[in-house]
This record gives sequence, structure tokens and C-alpha cells, in this order.
Amino acid sequence: MELADIAIKFGLIIIIFLISLVVAMYSTYAERKIAAFFQDRVGPNRAGPFGILQPLADGAKMFMKEEIIPTNATPFLFIVGPSLAILTACIGSAVIPWGQNLVIGGRTIPLQVTDINVGILYIFGVVSLGVYGVMIGGWASNNKYSLLGAIRAASQNISYEISMGLSIIALLMVTGTLSLGEIAQQQHGWHWNVLYQPVGFLLFMICAFAETNRTPFDLPECETELVGGYHTEYSSMKLGFYLFAEYINMFISSAVMATLYWGGYNYPGMDWVTAHTGPAIGPLIGTAVFFAKIFLFIFFFMWVRWTIPRFRYDQLMDLGWKVLIPLAIANIVVTGIVITFFS
Amino acid sequence: MSTFYFIAFLSIFFSILVISAKNPVHSILYLILTFFTFTIHYILMNAQFLAIVNFIVYMGAILVLFLYTLMLINLNKESEPVKPFMVKIAAVFGGGILAVALVSSLKSLGVSDPVVLKNPELGLVKNLGKVLFNEFLLPFEVSSVLLLSAMVGAVLLATKDPKEPKATI
Repeated sequence: MELADIAIKFGLIIIIFLISLVVAMYSTYAERKIAAFFQDRVGPNRAGPFGILQPLADGAKMFMKEEIIPTNATPFLFIVGPSLAILTACIGSAVIPWGQNLVIGGRTIPLQVTDINVGILYIFGVVSLGVYGVMIGGWASNNKYSLLGAIRAASQNISYEISMGLSIIALLMVTGTLSLGEIAQQQHGWHWNVLYQPVGFLLFMICAFAETNRTPFDLPECETELVGGYHTEYSSMKLGFYLFAEYINMFISSAVMATLYWGGYNYPGMDWVTAHTGPAIGPLIGTAVFFAKIFLFIFFFMWVRWTIPRFRYDQLMDLGWKVLIPLAIANIVVTGIVITFFS
Repeated sequence: MSTFYFIAFLSIFFSILVISAKNPVHSILYLILTFFTFTIHYILMNAQFLAIVNFIVYMGAILVLFLYTLMLINLNKESEPVKPFMVKIAAVFGGGILAVALVSSLKSLGVSDPVVLKNPELGLVKNLGKVLFNEFLLPFEVSSVLLLSAMVGAVLLATKDPKEPKATI
């Protein structure tokens, strides 16, 4: 590999990393504004115009607060927990195709960090690793509420991973590849997978809500029962990392949903646009469309959070095991039959 | 090659920590690290699919369950069962004999003779899928049905009998 290629790759990684952080930062702001809108309030409006500097103020507050490590906690693991949470949240973006190949001055620049041929499984692995941050943090706090939160997180993640995997299998039968780059290419124009896999998308989305611990599945940090769940004992930036990881996860899972089911960077009439704007601008418009889809999903995440109440724990398990798994298996069978007889 | 030796050293190092750690939860965490080094071994051998499956199944599911179970059990020093002296002697004796057997088996070992794969890309999903769906189709399908029936069985166990009175929560 040439030095220039390495430099471009490195630059891409830094840009994606920064974008995920900024999006996560402003998701907190958006969350509060949207919550205010739903509850007929004003929301944050003191820091800067429209409260636009609120995330910076929050960040500064998080850094300034006192670091507390409880006496009975296991100090090393207490620090490892939030670090692992933020690490697993950040590495998921490596396989997401952010756009078509850019051509600038005769050099082709792929807008994807790496297109490994097991892309979906990589995402799946990162998701399943994410639970360790919560579990280790909850256990190391040496607090009963934290431990209960951690245990809930573990059982919830494992239960919903099964239906998530099964819903992906039906998608793989349609696409025939595990690489996210190829899946995005196949959905050229308006051939979005959601048209072929509506049930699969619904299942995947519900599971994504559960895996990111968002309402109505936020039982690990259920404040009415468990004080703060797994992050009860956390303060300062370690708490900030947990909260931040949740927003990054939301961003990444929105990106994955948009790539797998909603066409990624594809949009109807993209060939016409690329032909008229050239190979340097066209793909960037695709990327903008991709981000628009991601923001719509993030808005949907927040919309659900401020509309639907939390499940009870047994309802959560019932939904995962008795509704989603049979539905996912039925979806696989129907997809198989349709593929066998109609194509 | 030096990467291999480094990762192999880490595997052995972490697996020794697994058995020597005092706290069971710590030893599970070391086991997770051990499995992570196995994933790196698979990647070094260009077996991407196996690497990622090892990652998802062992690190992401089975060890989470291990950790989950250990967190639920009360593992204080006080609740640790004190084993009789004779059992300890027997354990030392048995372990010693195993060590002797292992060391003596080292003598008959030849110098390591790595098998060179005919196709170095065998571990990629495409080639693995071809082998699984041609040569090993029947065992593959049978094992998939086995796994699926285990999952359905778990759901069935959780389903309450409608005749039974509802448990109050």
C-alpha cells in the first residue's frame, strides 16, 4: 500500500470518529429538545442561541465533576467498564459504507474504512461485546442495584441477539453476501431491501432498540426500580462515557439499519445526479442522503422514547422469546419459499 | 511468525491467569481475553469466518452466560467449602501423575511440521460455504436442526401451561 493510501485511510478513520462523536454530542441536545417538544416545553435555551452550546457545557461539567471510586468497588474493573463501553461503541463504524467511491484527481477514494467479507458478522460481534462494558461496570461497583442492572442487561442482550441474528439470516438469503459494501451496492436506486424484507426490518429494529438499551427496553438503567441501574455508582466522565456510548450506539445502529434495509447511500435518480455533478460531488450527495436517513432513524429512536412507556421485565422476555423468535423463524421460512418458487 | 509467537505467549499467559486467579469473576474475564487471542490466531491463519464466529459465539454469548451465572452465585470466602485433607492429597497426586504423563509424551513428539494448506483462502466465507454445502451437507443440516430444536425447546419450557393458575408477581 502506498503512503498516500495509508494517509487517506487514516484521515477517513479520524473523520468518521469525529463525526460519530459530534453526532453523539448533538444527539443529547436533540434528545432534550425533542423531549421538550413532545411535552410542550421549551427545552435547553440558555447556552448560546437556541441552547446550541448546551452539549459543550454538559461536557465541561462532566470533566469538572469529582471522580468517585467507591470504597468497596474493584478499582481496576470499575474503570475498565466505561472504557470498554465507549470502545465497543466506537469500533462498530469501521465496516459501514458511508458512500460510493470518490474520484478526486484520478485517485479513487473508498468511503468505507474496510470492506471485510464478514461485515455483518463483525457488527454483530461488536454488538455482543458491548454488553461486557455494562456487566463489568455493574459488577465492579459492588452495589446491588448496579448488579441487578448488569444482570438485566446481559439477559436482555442475549435474548434479543437471537432474534436479531435470525432476522439477519433472512436478509442474507435475499442479498447473498455478508459484506456491507456489496449489500449497499445491490440496493442501487430504489431497490431497497426493506421492500423485500419488511418483517425482517421490523424485527431488526426492535432488536436494535433492545441492544442499545433504549426505551421501551431500558430496563438495565430503569430509574424507577434500580436508582440508576448499572451506572448508579458512577460519576464524572466515567458516567459520561456510559451515556455517550449509548448515543454512539444509537448512531451506529441507525447507520446499520439504513445500510442494511433502507438503501444506505442510494436514492432514486442517483445516476442522473452523479452524471450531472461529476464523480467528486455525486458520491458526497449520496453520503448526505445517507446521513439524512441516519438522522431520521435517530429521531425515531427519540420519538419512541418519549411516547412509549417501559416494559415490565417479564413482558420484555415474553416479547423476545415468544413473539420475536417464532416470527423471525417464520420470516426465514417464507423468504426461503418465495426465493425457491419465484426466482 | 513473530506475531504468532507473541499471540501464542499471550494465550498461554492469560490461560494460566484463568486458573490462578483467586476471584472467579476475574478468572472468567481472563478467559474472555484468552478467547480473544484465539480470535487473533484465526485471523492470522486467514480464517475470517471462524474468527468472527469464535468472537460472537464464545466471547459474545457463552462467556456472557458464564459471567451472568457467576454474578448470581454468592461467592464469598465464607461460603467456600473447605475440602478434607485427604481430597487435597488425592488432587495433588492425580495432578502430579497427569503432569508426568504429559511431560513423558513430549519425548515422543517430532519437530513441529506445519501443514501447508493447498488453498490459503479456505477460511473465507465463500470457500467454507462451498465445502459445507457440498461435502458436509447432511451433517451441517442435521446440526442446524439440532440447534434450532434446542432453541424451540427453551421457548417451550418457558411457556406456561394455560391450565395452571397464574403465578403472582
